[in-house]
Amino acid sequence: MMEVAGAEYPTSESRDQTTLHVPREQLADVVMDLRDEHGFNMCIDVTAVDYLAYEAPRRLPQEIDPERFEVVINLLRMRDRSRVRVRVQVPQSDPSVPSLFDVHPGTEAMEREVYDMFGITFDGHPDLSRILMPEDWIGHPLRKDYPVGKIPVQFKGIENAR
Amino acid sequence: MTLANETFEGAQELQPRKGMKAQELLREIGSVLRMSEAEAADLSSRERPEDETMVINMGPQHPSTHGVLRLMLELDGETVLRTKPIIGYLHTGMEKTGEDLTYLQGPTNVTRMDYASPLHNELVFSLATEKLLGIDEDIPPRAQWIRMLMTELNRISSHVLFLATNGMDIGAVGMMLYGWREREETLRFFEKVTGLRMNHNYIRPGGVAADLPDGWRDDVLRLLDALPRRLHEFDLLMTGQPIWRERLQGVGVITPQEAIALSATGPLLRSTGVPWDLRREIPYLYFDQVDFDVVIGTYGDSFDRYAIRLNEMRESIRIVHQIIDKLPEGDYRIQDKKVTPPPRARIDESMEALIHHFKIFTEGFKVPAGEVYVAVESPRGELGCYIVSDGSSRPYRMHIRGPSFVHLQALPHMMRGGFLADGVAVISSVDPIMGEADR
Repeated sequence: MMEVAGAEYPTSESRDQTTLHVPREQLADVVMDLRDEHGFNMCIDVTAVDYLAYEAPRRLPQEIDPERFEVVINLLRMRDRSRVRVRVQVPQSDPSVPSLFDVHPGTEAMEREVYDMFGITFDGHPDLSRILMPEDWIGHPLRKDYPVGKIPVQFKGIENAR
Repeated sequence: MTLANETFEGAQELQPRKGMKAQELLREIGSVLRMSEAEAADLSSRERPEDETMVINMGPQHPSTHGVLRLMLELDGETVLRTKPIIGYLHTGMEKTGEDLTYLQGPTNVTRMDYASPLHNELVFSLATEKLLGIDEDIPPRAQWIRMLMTELNRISSHVLFLATNGMDIGAVGMMLYGWREREETLRFFEKVTGLRMNHNYIRPGGVAADLPDGWRDDVLRLLDALPRRLHEFDLLMTGQPIWRERLQGVGVITPQEAIALSATGPLLRSTGVPWDLRREIPYLYFDQVDFDVVIGTYGDSFDRYAIRLNEMRESIRIVHQIIDKLPEGDYRIQDKKVTPPPRARIDESMEALIHHFKIFTEGFKVPAGEVYVAVESPRGELGCYIVSDGSSRPYRMHIRGPSFVHLQALPHMMRGGFLADGVAVISSVDPIMGEADR
């Protein structure tokens, strides 16, 4: 357990690396508090994982209900060179999390990438649009139910594309 | 009444960071263009009176955009107001591909991301895999030192490439030729060791693919003998030259606070005066056993970034000299039967060895379930690898945190208020590799 922003949040360990599990409603507050009170001053990475086809047991703390998506945020504390990972469960029915843009503006491109690849929306992001795929692309490629190799080739303005 | 009170400037005074929103911290938040491509196309074809600002498009095919970076710019005359980098032209779905390749095939995939420093990509993927396997403590020292040797030489070749392209972008076309020439010398050594000039697939989970070839020491020493002289020449050619200074000094300035807020790492962060180098701060391999200096800048401008890279090469030369002295004898890969295929000679005489070899290369080895994030200092900044394993022989999710991708969002802030021609210098000083930004 780790106390952040006046509440206790469960933690887990994997290969000596600490992960903090936070409900998505409190995500922005927790990251803000980690920045201001705990000194995690840089957001290194924002990414996501789609656990649809995950076969091994999900090793989560008891308080956390597993959901299909997980947004993973890597924070860095330069003061003592430590890192912490924040993982947020995101349900399939409502894939959205609060944006961290107000806390760490450096998440702008990373959140757009997660939106592009997983279809997870970030509430409060100033410009949530596709970043790697073309603007009119259909589907989110890194989802596990997005097929590999069998997709029709999509091109702009071609009527009967293969 | 103290002096401090008399000089109180009210709202202009810097408030403590706590409780402030990022928008307030980043004074230049208006520098990012929020406009879709379709809107911009519509806007740029519209007739307009002369006193309006102009939205124009730069790239993706432009000699100074380092591959296929496209910028949408709002200009007031020649002054850049807002910028939006548009990327994705080199997107080939490498993270998706990575989920379909075994851990042994993984380096072949990731090495194609940052094609100017492929060995760092392989290194970070291998380190992550080894940490997941739990064998990161058991990698033979010789393998680790070889990895250090190769990645430091790769840092030199990547920075030389930066000097070449930076020179060309600013107008020093001669530098372009000299830079590529020097890079070629290093690549020739890589070819001798790994068999390929680029995309080596040399650093693999468990060690490296092959031991260093005979005569490697002479080759490296010959490189190290020639390089300082060349660097001195580059120094003479550019550093003191008035045109060079005029084009770079005070161009693309970024403050440490902005750099940290924008998640910038590597030379971009160090140019602002923050001494943050993962080799020193969170050492991996044996970087805690070599002696080197972290080069930092003062002003956070394009000239500092140029000077940092030039001097980082000198530090890398220092490191490589120490590596040559310290490189121990021993295995170049771990002798763990689960990860390492049997030696070639055993395959000829033993059926089991043949099957074992076949199994490792077709099925791969199983990696225990878990997740790991590992980062190394690539020539461009923090290169991270996040792997989630479900216990099979393929990563369930493989994510590469590429510094080029992250640094591109600093462009709007650095280009705001400067001339369009300075924008070229700014893009160049970030040194983005689009293969890594788009993956």
